[in-house]
Amino acid sequence: MLTRLANPARFMRVSGTLLPWFGGASAVVLALGLVWSLVIAPPDYQQGESVRIMFVHVPAAWMALSVYLLIAVASGVALVARHPLAEIAAQAAAPVGAAFTLVCLATGSLWGRPMWGTWWVWDARLTSVLVLFFLYLGYIALVNAFDDSSRGARAGSLLALVGVVNLPIIKFSVDWWNTLHQPASVLRLGGPSIDKSLLLPLLVMAAGFALLFVWLLFLRMRTALNERKARALSLYGEPAARRGDSAPARSPGLATGPR
Amino acid sequence: MTAFETWLAMGGYAAFVWPAYAVAAGVLGGLALWSWRRHRRSGEVLAHLQGQFGARE
Repeated sequence: MLTRLANPARFMRVSGTLLPWFGGASAVVLALGLVWSLVIAPPDYQQGESVRIMFVHVPAAWMALSVYLLIAVASGVALVARHPLAEIAAQAAAPVGAAFTLVCLATGSLWGRPMWGTWWVWDARLTSVLVLFFLYLGYIALVNAFDDSSRGARAGSLLALVGVVNLPIIKFSVDWWNTLHQPASVLRLGGPSIDKSLLLPLLVMAAGFALLFVWLLFLRMRTALNERKARALSLYGEPAARRGDSAPARSPGLATGPR
Repeated sequence: MTAFETWLAMGGYAAFVWPAYAVAAGVLGGLALWSWRRHRRSGEVLAHLQGQFGARE
């Protein structure tokens, strides 16, 4: 399935069909999740109505980690198999992952103020997620830092792979260190310790975020493929573009390519 | 207080709950809008170029 999809032309066809479905599904699921989170779900017996922040904070945190993992895997594939679609996927996902991490940090801060009495604390969980945010920004900056886009992609892939050590640190930070942040209450051994009335809207919001991510990933990958093809077309004329070659950044025959 | 006002007040946590949802909607909605516009523009540019080179696609 993946290897069959890993042909840019086929990817454009399949993603073009799937795009509206993922867009529509994420809109519907997010709308349901918002109503459930803000209206239907009961207030927590200790945290009161402030617990509603959890319904955006926790799914955003899950996405922040998952998207980084996807970027790292795609980067590994790009480095080993040299497949252009893997690089395009990693680069398309990075701003989305950064956005989820930003949402996680901001909503966590807004939740921490009333519950802990502080906007921010340098404990292991919060600090490691901040590092994740900077890894995303560093990856995006590095990929765009080179004139030669293939060198930028290689450097970015290496950074993404090195940064993967941060993921277990984030996940287990609440067990390894004495943090102000609470330990896991959903993804834990022995099942979730959170009540079903709060767990269900949380899972619906998480599904909505995941669908939104897939929609954005396809949308941004298609944009990158369109832009590559347009660049090849304007540099070399039609034959090169039809073969699906991506144009190297520096080439001798810029203005005199075959027309 | 009406039921709606009670809901808006979020048990006294309105100043934290609503900004949290606003940040999420703003960041993710903004990214979606930007990505969508760029996708549409990239398709238009490509179609224009393909028209110029007489490509049939």
